[in-house]
Amino acid sequence: MAFIEIEDLCFAYPSERGERRMALDHVSLSVEEGEFVAVLGTNGSGKSTLAKHLNAILLPTSGVCRVAGMDTRDGAHLWDVRQTVGMVFQNPDNQIIAAIVEDDVAFGPENLGVPSDEIRRRVDDALAAVGMTAFHGFAPHLLSGGQKQRVAIAGTLAMQTKCLVLDEPTAMLDPVGRKEVLDTVRRLHRESGITVIYITHFMEEAAAAQRVVVMEDGKVVEDGSPKEIFSRVDAMRKRGLDVPLAAEIAWRLRKQGIRLPEDIVTDEELAVALCR
Amino acid sequence: MLTDITIGQFFPGTSALHRMDPRAKLLLLLVLMAAIFVFDTPGGYAALTCLAIALAVSSGVPLSMYLRSLRPLWWILAFTFLIHLCATPGEVFFHIWIFDMTKEGLARGFFLCLRLALLIVFSSLLTFTTSPLSLTDGMERLLRPLKVVGVPAHELAMMMTIALRFVPTLIEETDTIMKAQQSRGADFSTGNALKRVRHLIPILVPLFISSFRRADELATAMEARCYRGGEGRTRMKELHVGGVDYAAAGATALLLAAMGAMKAAGV
Repeated sequence: MAFIEIEDLCFAYPSERGERRMALDHVSLSVEEGEFVAVLGTNGSGKSTLAKHLNAILLPTSGVCRVAGMDTRDGAHLWDVRQTVGMVFQNPDNQIIAAIVEDDVAFGPENLGVPSDEIRRRVDDALAAVGMTAFHGFAPHLLSGGQKQRVAIAGTLAMQTKCLVLDEPTAMLDPVGRKEVLDTVRRLHRESGITVIYITHFMEEAAAAQRVVVMEDGKVVEDGSPKEIFSRVDAMRKRGLDVPLAAEIAWRLRKQGIRLPEDIVTDEELAVALCR
Repeated sequence: MLTDITIGQFFPGTSALHRMDPRAKLLLLLVLMAAIFVFDTPGGYAALTCLAIALAVSSGVPLSMYLRSLRPLWWILAFTFLIHLCATPGEVFFHIWIFDMTKEGLARGFFLCLRLALLIVFSSLLTFTTSPLSLTDGMERLLRPLKVVGVPAHELAMMMTIALRFVPTLIEETDTIMKAQQSRGADFSTGNALKRVRHLIPILVPLFISSFRRADELATAMEARCYRGGEGRTRMKELHVGGVDYAAAGATALLLAAMGAMKAAGV
C-alpha cells in the first residue's frame, strides 16, 4: 500500500449559480513513502486543490484520499492526518501565527498537547534542521521571505510530520529565497527521508524532484521522471508550460540537427553533452 | 507617522523586568496605575516618577523608545496643560486677551500631564519587556477563572496574539498602499480635515480586503497545524512565579505603604 493513495478523486467547489465546476476530475495518484514529487500545472489546473486534500482541509466530493492508510474523510483520524502531512503555503506572511520565531514553530506541537520540555526539544531540532537556530528569538517581519518559509517548514517538522506538502512555496520569493527554500527541502528529503510533494511554477525546481506530475483542467495528464517529462518540449508547450532552460536549448539544438541525448534537464548535463 | 506606533513592540533582554512572570507584571501594573490616581500628592508623584525612571533604566530598553511612546499623545498632553493652565481659578500671574493663567492651574496642568505620561510609561514598561505571546498567555491565565461566567479567555488571548503579530505586517502594507496611491497622484497631506479623512478611504478599502484574505489564509494554515481551540493545548513556555516576582510584589507593597504614609503626613 502506498503512503498516499488517491483513487478516482473528484472535487467541485460549491458555486453560487448552481453550476459546479470540477476542480479535480477523477484524479488517481499514489505516492510512496520517501518520494520527492513535483506537481506542475498552469493556474486553475487543480494543483492547490489537490494539495489541500492531502491533509483534509478539503474533503473529496467523490472518490477516496488515503494518507498512511487513513481515509481523510474519517473524522476520527482528522488530527492524525494533519500531523502526518504538514503544509507550507504560498504567502509566508499569512501562515506565521506567533510574533516570535520559536513560538511559531511551537504552535503545532502545542496544539497536539505535547509536554512542554518535549516541545522545547522539538523546536530546537526543527530550527536546526532548517538552519534557522540563530533567528529563534526574531520577530517574523524582520526575516526575509526565504527565511519565513524555512520557519514555516520548521513549524511542520516540529509536529514530526512524515510528509511535507509545499504549495508554491517560492512564488513570492526572490531568487536567493527560492534557492534557500529548495535547498532546505532537498536536504530534508535526502537526510531524513521525508516524503515531499512540491507544487511549483518553476521548472528548474521541478527538475530537482524524482518524479514530476503534470496537471491540466483538474486531471493528471503526465506522470514520470523529470527527464521523461521535460524531453517532451512540444507537449509541455501545448499545455502552456515551460521546460527548464537547458532542456529547451538541447531541444532547439536537436531540431537544428545537432545530435544530443533526449534526456537533458540540468545545466550540467547540457554542458557535459556539448563538450563531448 | 506610521513608524511612531510602539504598541506591541518588544525588546528582548535579560533584565529583572524581562524575567518576571507576565501575570505578576500585569497585576503590578494595575496596582501602579491605581496608585497614580490614589496618591495624587507631590510626594506621591515624585516617588512614582523616580520608580518609572529607575525601571526604564534597568529594563535595558533604549530610553528614547519611552519618549517615542509618548509622542502620539503630545497634542493631548499640551491641550490638557493649556486648558488647566487657563481655566483653573486662583492667583493670576499672566494675562493675555481673555485668558487668565493661574499658579494653581500651572500646578494642576503639570500634575495631570505627569499622570498621563506615567500611565503611558508604566504600560510601555510592560509591553517593551514582555513578549506578546507571554503577555497574552498571562492574560489568558488571569482571565481563566472568569470562564465560568462565559468569558472566552483562550479565544481572547489568541485574538490578541494574532492582532499583535499582524501590527507590523499591516503597517507595512498600509505604507505600500499609500505609496502606490501617491505614485498615481493621490494627495494625503493637503486639504481640510474632512478632505483628508475622505482621502483615507482608498487606503482603507484595499487594506480591509487584503486583511480578510489574510485572515482566511491564516485560518487555513492554523487548521493545517492542528489548531482546535484551547482544549488540550500545552505550552512550550510554561509560566511560573519565581523569586523576582515575589521581590517585585514586596517592593511594590513597601512603596505603596510609604506613599500612604506620605499622603497621611500631607507631603
